[in-house]
Amino acid sequence: MPPEPFRFMDCALIILALGRTAHGLRELRDRAAEVPPQSIWHHFYETLLRPTFDDPEYRNDFALWARRGLRDHVLAERLAVIDPLEFDSLERLREHFVDDHDDRLAETPGPPPVRPGQEFHFLRSQMIVVDTGFRAATPGEMAAQIPTLPPGSLYYHFIEGRRHPGRRDDDFSAWLAEWGEGVATLRERLDAIDFRLWPLTDLRRLVGAALAGRPAVEGIR
Amino acid sequence: MSATLEAYAEAAGQDAIQHLRHLARPLRGARVVHVNSTAVGGGVAEILARLIPLKRELGIDATWEIIEGDAEFYAATKGFHNALQGQPVDLPRRLVEHWLEVNRANAERLRASLADADFVFIHDPQPAPLFGAIPDRRGRWVWRCHIDVSHPHRPVWKTLRTVVRGYDASVFSMAAFAQPLPHPQYLVPPSIDPLSQKNRPLDPDEAARATAPFGLDPSRPVILQVSRFDRFKDPVGVIRAFRMVRPHVPIQLVLAGGSASDDPEGEEVLAEVRAEAADDPDIKVLLLPPDAHTTINALQRLATIVVQKSLREGFGLTVTEALWKGRPVIGGEAGGITLQVFDNHTGFLVNTPEGAAFRIRYLLSRPELIATMGIKGRRLVRENFLLTRHLREYLTLILALKDAAVDRVEVAS
Repeated sequence: MPPEPFRFMDCALIILALGRTAHGLRELRDRAAEVPPQSIWHHFYETLLRPTFDDPEYRNDFALWARRGLRDHVLAERLAVIDPLEFDSLERLREHFVDDHDDRLAETPGPPPVRPGQEFHFLRSQMIVVDTGFRAATPGEMAAQIPTLPPGSLYYHFIEGRRHPGRRDDDFSAWLAEWGEGVATLRERLDAIDFRLWPLTDLRRLVGAALAGRPAVEGIR
Repeated sequence: MSATLEAYAEAAGQDAIQHLRHLARPLRGARVVHVNSTAVGGGVAEILARLIPLKRELGIDATWEIIEGDAEFYAATKGFHNALQGQPVDLPRRLVEHWLEVNRANAERLRASLADADFVFIHDPQPAPLFGAIPDRRGRWVWRCHIDVSHPHRPVWKTLRTVVRGYDASVFSMAAFAQPLPHPQYLVPPSIDPLSQKNRPLDPDEAARATAPFGLDPSRPVILQVSRFDRFKDPVGVIRAFRMVRPHVPIQLVLAGGSASDDPEGEEVLAEVRAEAADDPDIKVLLLPPDAHTTINALQRLATIVVQKSLREGFGLTVTEALWKGRPVIGGEAGGITLQVFDNHTGFLVNTPEGAAFRIRYLLSRPELIATMGIKGRRLVRENFLLTRHLREYLTLILALKDAAVDRVEVAS
């Protein structure tokens, strides 16, 4: 019996200011220790859904701020490679993040504050999730639907989906797994996409190409 | 769905339109009212003029109301505007009382529309006291602040704070503008309309006709700043930058601006700009009427480089407009300009006339960089600062307002 059709969802964010601001490295560390953990996640991954420049030096807000605001390239490089999905919980992520800052503070006693206007503002978001009404009954239908999806839908299924408890793969791969070994190649192609490196519109092309069996980076930019 | 929303698909992408329909479905029939203080002039009126019809097309019962005031009222609200952007303005108690009184009068006129609305968006300080003047309100009220209030003159901010603190939420354009208030503070950057007269594609003949009256020399690069004649836009600083560049490169400068009906200082600043420009034939100071959208469109397309050397800036929609037309922007490192101008990608951020002059010379010597920046700037606007994104965030905000404490809301279609 084939799996239930795949339900394509869509999501959008509205951003809120937390009123917590860091003027330097120590304040960033202290604020990160006290803000809601969802804020930490927001600054790592939800940047993709926020109006922002899509070709920055790094893909998370903390690394970017370390580079541009603090002008601390060592810290920026360390923060750039943190992947929240590798942690069991957001609290574990926070501990690691604060530890990294403590390490850096030990290396650079008395780091200077940033210039006025360069402060780091902690944000959080509210995510609205809606059903698109689109369905895919087969892997082929899924591949055909991908290029038409809004970026929010890609985010929801290909990134946010990895946060489901007890699972590390995306929603598309999880559904394809129900089809058995016959579509193992498709899952391998999806798994080969380094989703941490791309804006959502490029990611949509990569996922679409992977499911359709086209070369992965064809058509990017 | 009607053609109006579909018309945006070419500029924003069909996926963006689909996204809007998904989000609007649960809001069909909701009564949403926006209130501001002017029907023409300034970015807020321009955005509302297009946003309201699109919301209606999506099935939302959206309307737009405009408060009415006299000269003294606008003197008060201009004082608020300047003080909130950091000028140490002494706002006499008499003017504050008049501001409240005018709002009470407007509340009587608008009560039927506002009291029963599901969601009310009050734009900027001018109509903010309507909240207190309509105690029998039923829906959720949001104060939408378009101004850079990152460093307000505190006495005036405290006056305004007592008026806006009761709202259900406030919206600022950037995190740096948010002020401590006892309610959720959402962040929504503004946007431009790619189909408006000011931003639609122009054929070369039409563009040439629109700029012909100004006598510009087609053989020399044009540097352009479009903005109200307002000291925060630093038009005099732009003239100084221009004069530093001209000995090195033969260029022309156009300062094009209009005046909004709620800005009594415009004429005074215009006189200062004209005095600084003197009779320099390479500087064109253009006071344009509020409906000169095609002219501005043509000037932005004619310009080689667009400058927006603001000292304070809410968002800087003229920057967005220029980027959309594929022009690099040299912008003041202020407010929302920093969300749009990225050094070496879409333009350069500067802090002084000297900085602006250097970057103008730098870019004029690199035509290929001007072209590359133009492509990147247009993409930045397409993906982030078009009206469709703005509409998306309003829809998301309305859905989120049902419970601002939760991180995730799953909406039944």
